[in-house]
Amino acid sequence: MLDKKELLKEQVIRASGVNPLKCMRCGKCSGTCPSYDEMEYHPHQFVYMVEMGDIETLMKSESVYKCLSCFACVERCPRGVEPAKIIEAVRLEAIRQKGNNHMTANDIPEKVNDDIPQQAIMSAMRKYSK
Amino acid sequence: MQRIGVFVCHCGTNIAGTVDVKAVAEALKTEPGVVFSTDYQYMCSQAGQDIIKKAIAEYNLTGIVVCSCSPRMHEATFRKTAAAAGLNPYMVEIANIREQCSWVHKEVPIGTEKAIILAKAAVAKVNLNAPLTPGESPVTKRALVIGGGIAGIQTALDIADAGFPVDIVETKPTIGGKMAQLDKTFPTLDCAACILTPKMVDVAQNDKIRVFSYSEVTEVGGFVGNFEVTIKRRARYVKEDICTGCGLCTEKCPQKKVPNEFNLGMDNRSAIYIPFAQAVPKVATIDPNHCMKLKTGKCGVCSKVCTAGAIDYEAKDEFVKEKYGAIVVATGFNPISMEKFDEFAYSQSKDVITSLELERLMNAAGPTGGTLLRPSDHEHPHTIVFVQCVGSRCEACAEKGKEYCSKICCMYTAKHAMLIRDKYPDTEVYVFYIDVRTPGKNFDEFYRRAVEEYGVHYIKGMVGKVSPEGNKLKVQGSDLIYGRQLHIDADLVVLAAAIEPDKSARPLATMLTASMDTNDFFTEAHPKLRPVESPTAGVFLSGTCQGPKDIPETVSQAGAAASKVIGLLCKDKLTGNPCVAHSDEMMCNGCSTCEKVCPYGAISYVDKEFRMPDRTTKVRRVAVVNEAVCQGCGACTVACMSGAMDLKGFMNKQIMAEVDAICK
Repeated sequence: MLDKKELLKEQVIRASGVNPLKCMRCGKCSGTCPSYDEMEYHPHQFVYMVEMGDIETLMKSESVYKCLSCFACVERCPRGVEPAKIIEAVRLEAIRQKGNNHMTANDIPEKVNDDIPQQAIMSAMRKYSK
Repeated sequence: MQRIGVFVCHCGTNIAGTVDVKAVAEALKTEPGVVFSTDYQYMCSQAGQDIIKKAIAEYNLTGIVVCSCSPRMHEATFRKTAAAAGLNPYMVEIANIREQCSWVHKEVPIGTEKAIILAKAAVAKVNLNAPLTPGESPVTKRALVIGGGIAGIQTALDIADAGFPVDIVETKPTIGGKMAQLDKTFPTLDCAACILTPKMVDVAQNDKIRVFSYSEVTEVGGFVGNFEVTIKRRARYVKEDICTGCGLCTEKCPQKKVPNEFNLGMDNRSAIYIPFAQAVPKVATIDPNHCMKLKTGKCGVCSKVCTAGAIDYEAKDEFVKEKYGAIVVATGFNPISMEKFDEFAYSQSKDVITSLELERLMNAAGPTGGTLLRPSDHEHPHTIVFVQCVGSRCEACAEKGKEYCSKICCMYTAKHAMLIRDKYPDTEVYVFYIDVRTPGKNFDEFYRRAVEEYGVHYIKGMVGKVSPEGNKLKVQGSDLIYGRQLHIDADLVVLAAAIEPDKSARPLATMLTASMDTNDFFTEAHPKLRPVESPTAGVFLSGTCQGPKDIPETVSQAGAAASKVIGLLCKDKLTGNPCVAHSDEMMCNGCSTCEKVCPYGAISYVDKEFRMPDRTTKVRRVAVVNEAVCQGCGACTVACMSGAMDLKGFMNKQIMAEVDAICK
């Protein structure tokens, strides 16, 4: 029987489809991250802490919302670890525990605006919906 | 007076672009001794060489100066040209007007002026040159390999395969070395004994190879092609040629409490013993420090049970003298002592072990029969912590560790971690590392497999402290990526101890006059281009005596050393370099300075009788150079205070003449 900590780890790994053991800790994800200065925990720490099973700390941190979902880390990882997907999975876990969808598909049309890239709206959708 | 020809090369535009080659040839015509001077586009070409040959014959030249590229490039070419025309090759001098002149100057007048000066210096030298003939010495067609580990075994097999007799000298009762103690080998995980013992049997069965086990080299004399070596065969109190290796004596021996060095003291053996089942030679040896018969005169059980009658309590050390053409050093390594690393509690807890001890604990022929059990209570360990770089890369603690990287630890630790996770999946394995260094074919993939497939926890950081508490080992270390201190309750701690050259290497290097670095690793003749030769002619290096190495590297170096030995033994006679040191006996004052500075051991002193002007005789101590050993480095000529030592081909007066010509 898995304990709560292990269950959470299992859930994040399954939701993200990421194997954190593949990480060789080069730090290229954090090296490439445009949001680095905003984050308390950086992309490489997300991967490492998920491997260590320390997910609750990540869920409580603002860092999950600071990720821009730009996927630069996924693009550049030499081992194909996909850190952004792990961050997304942790965030999803946090949002699910809180309950509500903070943005639905119906909210999208009113947000479409020539000054905002459509990718940002999609990112917001990913970020604030379970 | 010499008759000198000067040949100035254009080297296309390499030289002619910044040097007025015609002006150089013209200016040299008036130099003393010069009877012919010319220039040509490519002197090294066949046509250019023909010009030289023709001029030698036509002008009856006694010496030539070629103004061209560096002597490194074409000195050998032009010496051959001269020899083909009947001129002594050592009457050729090269004036380097390319690398040191045309390539470094931009303006033609400056380049031309310097080229003329360099050519004049070469002419001044040739005026004092004398024909030199290389000496010859015979070659004894037998090789000696010192050390019977995988390096020595492979070298001996390869030399014997070429048809030359080889002797292996091994201090232990059996050959096999460290590899015989290993369980599995990376990166293919095949069993060490399965790949090593067939080679040991090959050694035993090869009629070209003699194994002097339980023996050591005590004296080395002579020089390349003609070494004279004394080998001490320690008394093993068992007649090697009669013992059948049945092992009955080892079973019946009443003294069974001797720490077994093959299992690193983790179990006991009897006083008469065979180190392991596949030992070569498979004969028993009596340990005189523990045998009751030898110590007190009471016992004699082994001689009673030995049906072959091989036991001989009266045996004495024997000395064998043998001549060899080449010597290969393969003395290997040992892990350093962990006693001084108090922080890891090696001396306090039996459950803190070295990686070599772990090899024995995991080996089917080891003290636990291959089941991994803690040495203290024989329980299965469930949490194991590996600590890398213990004593390696340890600059500040010279009395404890070594400054260098031991190279093999990253890979064997990955191997250990992987094997443990494979065999005991309920075991948590942590590896604390500073860097993971896995260059080598399939090496990094191997380490990644330990992490990704076997789930070994690699933690970037060092263990700071291990403290035994109850039946646990409290491990305190840092996790630099996580940024916090880790505390792990471990059952077993494995230290990847640094490796150091065997202690026998230093006295051996003195005997061989082979040089060593500050860490007691043998120095190679050139770190890149002559990696298996020692700077001392006829002495070759194989395996970890030269530097930390894994098995694949050791075996390839062993083969390389063997091919160098074969190349030497194939020759019937050795042609030396005639540019060797020579001592003027009349000027030598016997001070021994040259003997001390000679890196090759080529200089010795003899007492010689001299006839004095008043018809009396006087015995004086003078230096004698062994021309077969001298490499012509010139250290002695500089050190000699009385000016007696000179280097043929580079005599002091020749060099002074060059300097004078340049300064004129």
